[in-house]
Amino acid sequence: MAKVPVRFTLNDAEVALFVDPGANLLDVLRRGAGDLTPKHGCGQGTCGACTVRIGGEVHLACLTLAEAAEGQRIETTGGLANGAELHPLQRAFMDGFAAQCGFCTAGMLMAAKTLLDRSPNPSRDEVAEAISGNLCRCTGYEPIIDAILTAAAQMQGRAVG
Amino acid sequence: MQTVETHPTLAGAAAAMRERSRYIAGGTLVMRAMNYGATGIETLLRSGDAALREIRHDSGGIRIGAGVTMAEVIASRELDFLAPVARVIGGPAIRNMATVGGNLFAAHPYGDFTVALLALDAQVIWADGHREGIEPFLAGRSGTRGLVAAVQVPRPATGEFRFHKVSRVKPKGVSVMSIAGWLPMAAGRVGAARLAFGAMGPTPLRAKAAEAALRGVTLDADGIAPAVRVAAEGLAPADDALASAWYRREVAPVHLKRLLLAERRV
Repeated sequence: MAKVPVRFTLNDAEVALFVDPGANLLDVLRRGAGDLTPKHGCGQGTCGACTVRIGGEVHLACLTLAEAAEGQRIETTGGLANGAELHPLQRAFMDGFAAQCGFCTAGMLMAAKTLLDRSPNPSRDEVAEAISGNLCRCTGYEPIIDAILTAAAQMQGRAVG
Repeated sequence: MQTVETHPTLAGAAAAMRERSRYIAGGTLVMRAMNYGATGIETLLRSGDAALREIRHDSGGIRIGAGVTMAEVIASRELDFLAPVARVIGGPAIRNMATVGGNLFAAHPYGDFTVALLALDAQVIWADGHREGIEPFLAGRSGTRGLVAAVQVPRPATGEFRFHKVSRVKPKGVSVMSIAGWLPMAAGRVGAARLAFGAMGPTPLRAKAAEAALRGVTLDADGIAPAVRVAAEGLAPADDALASAWYRREVAPVHLKRLLLAERRV
């Protein structure tokens, strides 16, 4: 079967590649575009490890038809840091031990970034809701929620208590 | 390997449907099946038809395009009564992807939105324009051919529509059961009520015994007692990883009572 061309922007870089018809976006990002930050967890939309942003909104790459990404703006955790300088969310996750095995982290960061873009000063409940599609089997979630609230405070220039 | 066809109109996609074709919208059902090695899907059909994404009033109520996502339901002012339903489906990413049309075909224990559509006596509008009541649609769902273009729902009066999803994990968890109720009131008493349960059978099902027992009662503990007693009558729950059929039958009256008395539980 002939491969089909797909073009999209990935973290502000133009990407053009050929994909198998029916391939999912996660495989295309990892194997085609070489961005290994989104993870393959369950492949059925339960775990959120493959969470990416399409047009600024969270989507599950494993359930997205690669051909539906044509012309879209895709963002992953691979584009979060500014060179060697980590994003405040990444820094807060690291400092707050919000990543243990790290498998959920990239998806958590995408969910958190989307929340903070919309709601820079979220409540604890809003954070829990925003990451409700992302499973973590290590931390018990509390360090992740704390880290997101810490990052929010830092990004707002508020003192962190 | 599959082929993917993108059609400008839904009618075009419908005409291209074959035995081994599946229509894909948000992908939460079809891509999931493909990731798990679904055999028998040769062609994926897509459509960019703008009508699929429309929410608009028409003569019989509000027409919701089959491609409207749960996030779009939540954002719609016309569909404010359905926002509490859409809000408890999946997590934020699923809600950006999953569509009203897909939910019509979501197997147990998914399909909570369709439970609400059943309680609201929705009409299913097919790509060729013909209409079918939600109840016969669900009864014949497993043998369905063709594509759904939209659903049409009446707008219930404020406070007459209620929805309650029971899950073990908060804030996001799969349904142990879900219940939707449309309770038209007149002079403080219930008129012709419609109650639908999800995850209590192979498709969402109406609790007709409980509906009958609600007619003419007041919504207080004494008034609803006869309906609560027969809550699970006519339902056909299954054992699954979330709950046994026995457990579902045992707790159905408890949750129906909470819905009818509008008790808030975390």
